[in-house]
Amino acid sequence: MIKQHYQSIIVQTICSLLIPFIQLFALYVIFHGHYGPGGGFQGGVLLAVSIILQRLYLGIKISHQKFSPRLAMAFAAVGLLIYGLAGIIPMIFGGSFLDYGNLPLFWVHDAERRALGILIVEIGIGLGVFGTLVLIFDNLVGERW
Amino acid sequence: MRWLNLFIMLLFAVLMLYATTGLPGHADPQAPANTHVSPTYIEDTIKDTHTPNVVTSVLADYRGYDTLGETVVIFTAGLACVLILMKRKGNDKTTLSKHHRSDHM
Repeated sequence: MIKQHYQSIIVQTICSLLIPFIQLFALYVIFHGHYGPGGGFQGGVLLAVSIILQRLYLGIKISHQKFSPRLAMAFAAVGLLIYGLAGIIPMIFGGSFLDYGNLPLFWVHDAERRALGILIVEIGIGLGVFGTLVLIFDNLVGERW
Repeated sequence: MRWLNLFIMLLFAVLMLYATTGLPGHADPQAPANTHVSPTYIEDTIKDTHTPNVVTSVLADYRGYDTLGETVVIFTAGLACVLILMKRKGNDKTTLSKHHRSDHM
């Protein structure tokens, strides 16, 4: 369907060098959302881009073995699940929906708990966006999986 | 007819430009949008959430419902892509498109 891999040593070397840094920067964007521009959506897109770049230069077959589309689907669902649980668990502990001040993190005080709740939610968004974008790419390419 | 259309469009543009004079000034602290909940968010975000970035605290904490909805929308878009476009392994001979091709040719 599409060419199985890129027959150019320059492209392969540059891509394999670039991907870890893209992923590191994506994690930085997710975890630095409290202090600067960034957050779950942007970091998730960067993570997805790193996987899509891998798909493009390694070819679909090998890349599917390294990161399968089923794993991407699981990531998308788990990300949404993390967000949903961050909403529901405070309800069990006596707050309202998405009230991170009531998360069961008893060793920190209230405002710190809300900061941690924001971080948990951002991680959930990041995983969800990451999985969804990889999934959309894999289905648009049209390779069987 | 073209000239009439042009005239109506110009009239509309003038009306819109006239309407912009009634809008509050850019970054006006007395504008209605800036006097309702925004001051509370900006002043209390450190005290409430220990998050210096007000955008993040509004997005994920004060307006968490909205972001949950956005995440659900993205996830639903991905699921729709899977349902419409996914080709499973092993049903090579029974795809719909091949049936259609053999019927029409």
